Amino acid sequence: MTHLDTELKLLRAELNEMWMLVIRQMNKSKSALSLFDKDVATDVDINEKRVNVYELKIDRDCENILALYNPVAIDLRFVLAVLKINYNLERIGDYAQGIALIIKEFDQPFQKDLFDKTGVIQMYEECIAMLCDTLDSFETENNQTARAIFGRDEKLDTINRKANSVIADYIKMNPKEIEHGLSMLSIIRRLERVGDQTKNIAEEIIFYIEAKVLKHRTKGLVNKEEKKP
Amino acid sequence: MKVIETIDLNVHYKEVHALKNVTMSMNKLSITALMGPSGCGKSTYLRALNRMNDLIEGCKVSGQVLIEGDNAYARDIHVDDLRKKVGMVFQKPNPFPMSIFENVAYGLRVNGVRDKKFIHEQVEKAIHQAALWDEVKDFLKKSAMDLSGGQQQRLCIARALVIEPSVLLMDEPTSALDPISSAKIEELMFDLKKNYTIVIVTHNIQQAARISDNTAFFYIGELIELGTTKEIFTNPKNERTQNYITGRFG
Repeated sequence: MTHLDTELKLLRAELNEMWMLVIRQMNKSKSALSLFDKDVATDVDINEKRVNVYELKIDRDCENILALYNPVAIDLRFVLAVLKINYNLERIGDYAQGIALIIKEFDQPFQKDLFDKTGVIQMYEECIAMLCDTLDSFETENNQTARAIFGRDEKLDTINRKANSVIADYIKMNPKEIEHGLSMLSIIRRLERVGDQTKNIAEEIIFYIEAKVLKHRTKGLVNKEEKKP
Repeated sequence: MKVIETIDLNVHYKEVHALKNVTMSMNKLSITALMGPSGCGKSTYLRALNRMNDLIEGCKVSGQVLIEGDNAYARDIHVDDLRKKVGMVFQKPNPFPMSIFENVAYGLRVNGVRDKKFIHEQVEKAIHQAALWDEVKDFLKKSAMDLSGGQQQRLCIARALVIEPSVLLMDEPTSALDPISSAKIEELMFDLKKNYTIVIVTHNIQQAARISDNTAFFYIGELIELGTTKEIFTNPKNERTQNYITGRFG
């Protein structure tokens, strides 16, 4: 094993740890929301610092590898993909923390009806499943799993688009719950962005494995790509 | 426009099949890097382009080498004429034990040029092109052996340029030089590309990435992959190329 191989292996392990931490943060913020558990929300808030530490460490390690080992071809794509995934994961960590902070602001739990009508828990579960699948596709270098993420992100977009009218109706029916309604909208927006960040991660995985850049491509072209064997 | 083209080029050193059916071409005013592990045939290929292999006993060449469309191995081609078109710089600087000026003028004199004014103009021009003029202009009569390694190598480049070839072959031209001298030669190659088609053999993968437009990877006498340097170093098509450039070869 070359020195570069060793460094890349360590970098991969570090990113995996950060990925797992971010998945845990998302899971905990979901529990904090669904169970209205402020302690768990505080835990998410505190652990955000750990996500930031990972981000800085991985940034620095990528910089060192680029400067000292001059990686090329698949190694270069790996380091570039790690740099960007690192940024995407940190953003997801921020969204999990943002949701936790919203929960901490309230004295009363959200009504179950609001969960059911908006589909926020379903959205949460999809986000977490997408994050787990991207991690799996990165570890096993499975580009098919990564490609499947694009369609799943569209489902999140659909829930997000419906949220405005669903919450407007909810507020009309429950005028005393305006704050809960508006905060729920804010949570849904954050989850939609988690979906976007996860889609970006999937694009980076495909760049790493296939050397193809899918960023800023029209949906038609990406779907066409997905259908290719 | 293709300046160099080889078609089914084979080179044997007695029983050793050193180069196997190599077909490739190089465009005008480009730099092509040849890389591969020791014994892969890259230097043999380079030397086949100006018939330096003719000097090796038991060497047999088949296939075609076309320089500006002319077959380098045609019966009516004189090797001296071919080498006027295809200059060469070697791994170790090899100045002659004479003055800096005479080292560069040598190529003209040996080709029968006697006009002193013309020789002076050409020598000055070549030393300028080799980015050495500012360092030696006041010491042209000094022995070339007193120059540093990097200066000697640039002097050898000037010597190759003075006869105005269209192709410049470079066989690991910086492997014997320190990093500063190597960087100067690399910068020089960028400038020379405006007027010359350059083929370089290098073991330094990063150097190939930095300086060349196209890169060819050789392995056990075969051309494995030829592509733009950008493609080869970001997304090589052949697994052996990838393994070589990422240091996982073998």
